[in-house]
Amino acid sequence: MQDFSEAFGLAASLILGFDADLGEIIVLSLRVSLSAVLLAALIGFPLGALTAVLSFPGRQAIAVLMNALMGLPPVVVGLLVYMALSRAGPLGWMNLLYTPMAMIIAQTILVTPIIAALSRQVMEDMHREYDEQFRSLCIPTRRVMTALIWDSRYSLLTVALAGFGRAIAEVGAVIIVGGNIDHLTRVMTTAIALETSKGNLALALALGFVLLILALSVNAAVYSLRASAKRLSYA
Amino acid sequence: MKTRPETILLIAALALSGTNPAGSAETSIIVQSTTSTANSGLYDYLLPTFKMDTGITVNVVAVGTGQAIKNAKNCDGDVLLVHAKSAEEKFVAEGFGLSRQDLMYNDLIFVGPPSDAAAIGGGRSAIEALSKIAASQAKFASRGDNSGTHKKEMALWQEAGLDPGQQSGRWYLETGSGMGATLNAAVGSGAYTMADRATWISFSNKQDFKILVEGDDMLFNQYGIIAINPNRCAQVKREAAQKFVDWMLSAKGQAAIASYQLEGQQLFFPNAN
Repeated sequence: MQDFSEAFGLAASLILGFDADLGEIIVLSLRVSLSAVLLAALIGFPLGALTAVLSFPGRQAIAVLMNALMGLPPVVVGLLVYMALSRAGPLGWMNLLYTPMAMIIAQTILVTPIIAALSRQVMEDMHREYDEQFRSLCIPTRRVMTALIWDSRYSLLTVALAGFGRAIAEVGAVIIVGGNIDHLTRVMTTAIALETSKGNLALALALGFVLLILALSVNAAVYSLRASAKRLSYA
Repeated sequence: MKTRPETILLIAALALSGTNPAGSAETSIIVQSTTSTANSGLYDYLLPTFKMDTGITVNVVAVGTGQAIKNAKNCDGDVLLVHAKSAEEKFVAEGFGLSRQDLMYNDLIFVGPPSDAAAIGGGRSAIEALSKIAASQAKFASRGDNSGTHKKEMALWQEAGLDPGQQSGRWYLETGSGMGATLNAAVGSGAYTMADRATWISFSNKQDFKILVEGDDMLFNQYGIIAINPNRCAQVKREAAQKFVDWMLSAKGQAAIASYQLEGQQLFFPNAN
């Protein structure tokens, strides 16, 4: 496959040459997916903590449901968000279709179940360990939740990264609600899909390498942040 | 976790920062378009000039004709630019569009592997080509996505008195995807397929595939342009949309379309009247 070596070369020249259009696409990809993960974490962590701490009827069912929603197909989420945001849909007046905001909404819906389900598991395991202690001290539920989230923060960071991986890699949702509009809603994955459909396989693959490097950089940044935070806390 | 309202506001602001809703200013419109015009680079060539003339930014959503019409019916666009005349006329008759104008044309072609198992190479008749492919049960990749090209293909099968749908999954492969993806599938599996000439010329993964049948009058491919009806869709940017339609139909726009070339070949032939 000559396409492979060509793709490597292209990827290198894309990164080293710093193409302005590519820069714009990278920035938008990061902005959309990081915003979605932030919003999803804001919803997902408390939700996970709540279902980990509280015991109420139907709790198991909710846990199963959250786990199942981790497999939400992006294209279905895209379709639902499209139908809601379309000018003919209930939220059409907001004029959000074909904007980065629409893409953030779609990815938030996609990522929230992942963050909620995984953080619930993390915090449930931790809660089991501390449950007696919490109860003997009569700590209110809200404080328990805060403590659990804080104490499992490093694991939750990994949970958030799992969500980020899903968001940055998906194409099905953003291509429907964003429309892959040049200079407005084109992100890495939709650009890859476009170049593939133009038959520019080497360029598409090169963009894929760039996307991998992007994901790698975000993960490395979080890892070093976490490492230095740990070092500080032991100092 | 106790989340302070200001934290939420901060994050919402972060998420929204730099977000420029496509529909906020009168200076941008959305064109629901077929893929061939976008993938061939025609818009990249035309739109900077249009923007210079009018100051209007055109945001192109490139999907198959079927989906473009559906999106436009949902009022998610200001202009529709596709290639399925009867569907376009129906769209206008149903009140979704103001009027339909011929914009430009090119033609559809049959491409296939050099081995040409069905021996259609060099022929001119589309019907004959389809009949030969069906008779020899050679692989044929169909769009299968209700696009303009797919509608045309279905009409040709009907004209030939054949119903390939029964063979779906055997030699008749419905990709349900865009022209580029279908060409990739055809090239990858050695299947024949039908494509518009603009997409074919601009397609980079041809490998050893060649044009085998061309020149049949039945393969004529007309593109039309329609401004969405503001009485039906209140949020349509009537003036900007009309400016775009008028510009595309004007002598200047038509000349610009004619002057777009790729690999020394003209891709679209203006024919507005």
